[in-house]
Amino acid sequence: MQPDLVEKVKNNPKYQELVSKRSRFAWILSIIMLVIYYAFILVIAFSPQSLAIKVSETSVITVGIPIGLLVIISAFVLTGVYVWRANGEFDNLTHQIKEDLK
Amino acid sequence: MSKNFLIWGAFATIFAAAGVLAAGGPLEGVIEKQSLNVSAIVMFFLFVSATLAITYWAAQRTKTAKDFYTAGGGITGLQNGLAISGDYMSAASFLGISALVYRSGYDGLIYSIGFLVGWPVILFLVAERLRNLGKYTFADVASYRLAQTPIRTLSAFGALATVILYLIAQMVGAGQLIQLLFGLPYWMAVVIVGALMILYVTFGGMLATTWVQIIKAILLLLGATFIALGALYSFDFSFEKLFTAAINTSREGQPGTLSGEAIMAPGGLVNNWFDAISLGIALMLGTAGLPHILMRFFTVADAKEARKSVFYATGFIGYFYILTFIIGFGAIVLISKNPEYLTAKGGLVGGNNMAAIHLSHAVGGDIFLGFISAVAFATILAVVSGLTLAGASAVSHDLYASVIKRGQVNEAQEMKISKMATVVLGIIAIGLGIAFEKQNIAFMVGLAFAIAASANFPVLFLSMFWSKLTTRGAFLGGFIGLTTAIVLVVIGPTVWVALLGNEEPIFGSKYPALISVTVAFVGIWLFSITDNSKRAEVDRAAFEAQDVRCQTGIGAEGAVMH
Repeated sequence: MQPDLVEKVKNNPKYQELVSKRSRFAWILSIIMLVIYYAFILVIAFSPQSLAIKVSETSVITVGIPIGLLVIISAFVLTGVYVWRANGEFDNLTHQIKEDLK
Repeated sequence: MSKNFLIWGAFATIFAAAGVLAAGGPLEGVIEKQSLNVSAIVMFFLFVSATLAITYWAAQRTKTAKDFYTAGGGITGLQNGLAISGDYMSAASFLGISALVYRSGYDGLIYSIGFLVGWPVILFLVAERLRNLGKYTFADVASYRLAQTPIRTLSAFGALATVILYLIAQMVGAGQLIQLLFGLPYWMAVVIVGALMILYVTFGGMLATTWVQIIKAILLLLGATFIALGALYSFDFSFEKLFTAAINTSREGQPGTLSGEAIMAPGGLVNNWFDAISLGIALMLGTAGLPHILMRFFTVADAKEARKSVFYATGFIGYFYILTFIIGFGAIVLISKNPEYLTAKGGLVGGNNMAAIHLSHAVGGDIFLGFISAVAFATILAVVSGLTLAGASAVSHDLYASVIKRGQVNEAQEMKISKMATVVLGIIAIGLGIAFEKQNIAFMVGLAFAIAASANFPVLFLSMFWSKLTTRGAFLGGFIGLTTAIVLVVIGPTVWVALLGNEEPIFGSKYPALISVTVAFVGIWLFSITDNSKRAEVDRAAFEAQDVRCQTGIGAEGAVMH
């Protein structure tokens, strides 16, 4: 890439907006995922019996099963949230940055 | 191009298989063989014929290097999501995770969750940047602004090490599975898998490899859905009834299984903080360093399609893991007491890994068993083809074209080398698959993940995120990470005790990633900040331009840029 082109893009306020918004969003979502996963796995390591509690007195299902399912669903939902915002807001900004170069 | 050879090779393979199948297999294997399974064989031939037709179609469309490595960059997000989930839903995870659930219940879920949660993080931090910077291999990205020779060499060897370890594990699994399902001798099974995979990859390149993977992913998702619904049908679609029946199924005397309420809660898979964190790091960062997964991000047109692929893949993989959980519990109730599926000693015919296969017979009869057996075979073929293509691109694109020829190479030569590399890798895989038949190979996937997480990932990640990274830092740090991972696996319980027969491991955990990944990151950091060479100035100065391309995709339009 040409050095003057790099400068031009870098000095575009839309580029700075894109980079800061997207980085922030991506790191926040990553941290949420890591917290969910490590909370789950550390409970397994330190206190497995707390996942063996029954969901109700009449049921044989333990809380570990819905919690495990929620971890799986949260991974899917978080990717969905990211893709939704990226395909709209972030792609629009990227498109405008490219338009400004023309 | 040599189409005649393709057709000949295809027919030779089919007839060789047909001959042995008709003979019922002349050799005795280590595992008890199943009696001749006609519907499985019919399904198998249908699948192989279909994939060869795809390969023929793809071969006519594979003309340039871009076609060969990335299917021309024209795969859509949904297709690529299916292909990525196909790479993940290997026979090992379909049979292995449902077997883990069958043996110990809840622990199987812990494992599959670990495999899944890497994906969101790959999407948020890696996928788009990778697509915007790379061309054919992840080494393109890692060496983007660094000195080509050392970084390409390191990345290519990291990729090859991962690919070969993974290939051995898949080939051995394939041989044993096919021996059991089709009554073929072990070596013959390994040769057929190797020969078909060489055909798909050399002639059809990434286009054929991707479509074989997509078709198999759809078949496997449908098949697993049917098994899970069939199992739930027996319990009026009530999870309460399914779990109650599973808890009440006593399996005393069946080796390695848990019974009673123990199957509803975590057992002994991870029981200390070190293993818990280290396993998590290996699964999460290892996924982001697997060359055959990373190369799939170059087959889509742009960053938008790249991120859509991860969204679809996460959905399919998550759904699939939920199915394996139901299948495992269904198998506890429906097959662990059924004499039809048990050996004289009380274990499952063919071992616990056959739980899902037996359950498919219990819910769908002979024809469905045939379907699932053929799908399991297809799974292995599709996964080894992807692995081989990743290994071949590391040899031809990274080592040959960029390091040996320093970029002074034409496409035709590079393609020729990649096809030769495919054949050589295929032969190596067949040879090692046969050599490792009776070895304990459990450590190989763990080692592949440890290397991917400790050598490939840190260099790739920091090259995109850290402006002060230098060639020296990346090379030395990556190399130290690689060495640490290998040494810790060798002196750990899986190799030092289980394979070499020593009493006590020198390093007490099976999961070295926490240490080796940390060492790699610290090494890269230390050798980068102390680097005052001329090259280091070039490396650091180039970050800005790289980052602009990384963030926006300007200069990386791929398929639409001419």
